[in-house]
Amino acid sequence: MNEQGSEAPEVAPISGEESRAASLGWRDYLWALIDDRVTLAAAAFLTILAFLTIGADFLAPYDPVKLNLKERLLPPFSPGANGMPHILGTDELGRDMFSRLIFGARVSVSIGVIGATASAIIGISLGLVAGYLRGYIEDVIMRTVDGMLALPSLLVALFVLFMIGGGYLNLILVFAVLHWTVYARMARGLALTYRESTFVAAAKSIGCRDSRIMARHLLPNMASPLLVLFTLEIAVLILSEASLSFLGFGIQPPDPSWGLMIAKGRDYMRSAWWMVTLPGAAIMLTALSLNLLAAWVRTITDPVQRWRYIRARPGKSSETPVTSVP
Amino acid sequence: MKREYCQHPDFDPYAPLLTVENLRVRFATHQGSFHAVNGISYSISPGATFGILGESGSGKSVSQEAVIGIVKCPPGVVSGSVRFCGIELIGAPGRIRRSIRGQGIAMIFQDAVTALNPSLTVGFQIAEMYRVRAGVDRQSAFRRATALMDRVQIPAARKRARDYPHQFSGGMSQRVMIAMALAQDPAVLIADEPTTALDVTVQGQILMLLRELQLETGLALVLITHDLGVIAEAADHVAVMYAGRIVEKAPVESIFREPMHPYTIALMESVPQIDSVRSRLNAIGGTPPVLSKIPPGCAFHPRCASCMEICRRSRPFRFWLTGDHYSECHLGRDAGILAGSADDG
Repeated sequence: MNEQGSEAPEVAPISGEESRAASLGWRDYLWALIDDRVTLAAAAFLTILAFLTIGADFLAPYDPVKLNLKERLLPPFSPGANGMPHILGTDELGRDMFSRLIFGARVSVSIGVIGATASAIIGISLGLVAGYLRGYIEDVIMRTVDGMLALPSLLVALFVLFMIGGGYLNLILVFAVLHWTVYARMARGLALTYRESTFVAAAKSIGCRDSRIMARHLLPNMASPLLVLFTLEIAVLILSEASLSFLGFGIQPPDPSWGLMIAKGRDYMRSAWWMVTLPGAAIMLTALSLNLLAAWVRTITDPVQRWRYIRARPGKSSETPVTSVP
Repeated sequence: MKREYCQHPDFDPYAPLLTVENLRVRFATHQGSFHAVNGISYSISPGATFGILGESGSGKSVSQEAVIGIVKCPPGVVSGSVRFCGIELIGAPGRIRRSIRGQGIAMIFQDAVTALNPSLTVGFQIAEMYRVRAGVDRQSAFRRATALMDRVQIPAARKRARDYPHQFSGGMSQRVMIAMALAQDPAVLIADEPTTALDVTVQGQILMLLRELQLETGLALVLITHDLGVIAEAADHVAVMYAGRIVEKAPVESIFREPMHPYTIALMESVPQIDSVRSRLNAIGGTPPVLSKIPPGCAFHPRCASCMEICRRSRPFRFWLTGDHYSECHLGRDAGILAGSADDG
């Protein structure tokens, strides 16, 4: 066993074989996160966002849709009518920006998460089946994917939402139908690389059926890149929701949504900078945090790579590499 | 453990355990179609060890992948007959083949490190073997897995079961492979070069382990290797393969005492001998034939030290030295030995 923090561990002696054994607990992941300052900041932002989103009903100082024309276009930190300050100012109809932002987060984030989950389930299962079984099933699925990728997705979304109307559920539906192709392509590519591997042959040689090989043997190997894609897709969907709402085809007023707030604030950009800047910053920070977290999740879920990020601590054995690093 | 294949109508406990007859594997490629395995036959009984010896590319691995039914792409066409306890496997529906894999015939692979799934813990993968057949819950499967790891002599099995494959050395990975293959208590174990990637001491340990397991359970072992030492140590019967055919088959004592086929002789002479006065090794000249361009006549004739005119023209029949030792070589005729057809069992 090498000492803590040594960078180039010796090739372990034969007796060291046993001492390498140690599984990682949640504490190890927490420490790895604390060690990585940038990701920690991203995770902290997302945690606060989640907290505000879930507790919006109790935390919002004002009703997000109630008009108050006496207090319209107040800059941040202005005193409010009921004693609470408008810490982020008010919009053109006198609604509290902070309240609108956290209620808007509820809409934007949940559309991102639910939409990404729905499209991931569709896309990963179809891509996995296509890549593993091949044959005509693959042709049908992948040609469909190619066909859908040829369409500009924002335009199709606009058209469909124009036909069926905007709103929360329709947005999720449109995202699920349009975005599964990304997952399908990646899942198929990954399935293709693993289907010829020896461990799949080994699984077959002990009598696993195809469904079991796909779910139990292929999927865990594909999890890490797909998890990254999932995290990135949440950001993409939040941005798409913002654009569609901005264009007037997504969430309908008076419901708050980040995209919609930017659309309204555009008219007041010169006189009330906070109306555009704050929801814009919220979108940017959320997307950025998700991307940072995605990169971290990728390394930490890889059993071969993650030991680099797990700090050895006194009194506790941790994973160490089998081979020495140059 | 309930064995599904016992319910099969053709199941016959008195039939030979595994019989392979005239097995061929044909690959169709852009260069044309060729046989990677061209008519091999053997049978194996419980507790026996059958060694298959040959160079890389002689078709030894493909022949065994065909037996278990996992010939990979490009899609190979398998013909001939493989019977397990009387059940014909070639052309059988997937359900029947699956019921025999694992419980009837299991396989361990050459490179154990790649044959283990890198993103699952070792204990999970062994436990998986119990969970493939319904009726074993997760916890007891894991307990059985650690018991099995003990049996294949992995130290600190309970602890190591939670480790990932990359944390295991080559020898330990091979033990895990063996544990996985043995989990469902198969009757036949096909070992595809189980010791090739290992150093000599570990190689000895693995062979000892397999031998012990055979004595315990009456397991029949098909041992694929290119190592004469492994054959001499472990096998009862040996088949020497060249270009997809068995060119010589014999009991192990017989083949080391009286090798008949020039290829077998050449293989034995190309092993370094510490006590010999020879300064140069007798390597076999040339390279094994590309399977799409197998020479006419005897496939070995371009490299053969005692090549004759007839070798270029016609493929030799089987010439039997004794009741269970034959070789496919025209030299056998001069020795005045009984000839049989090349394609019968």
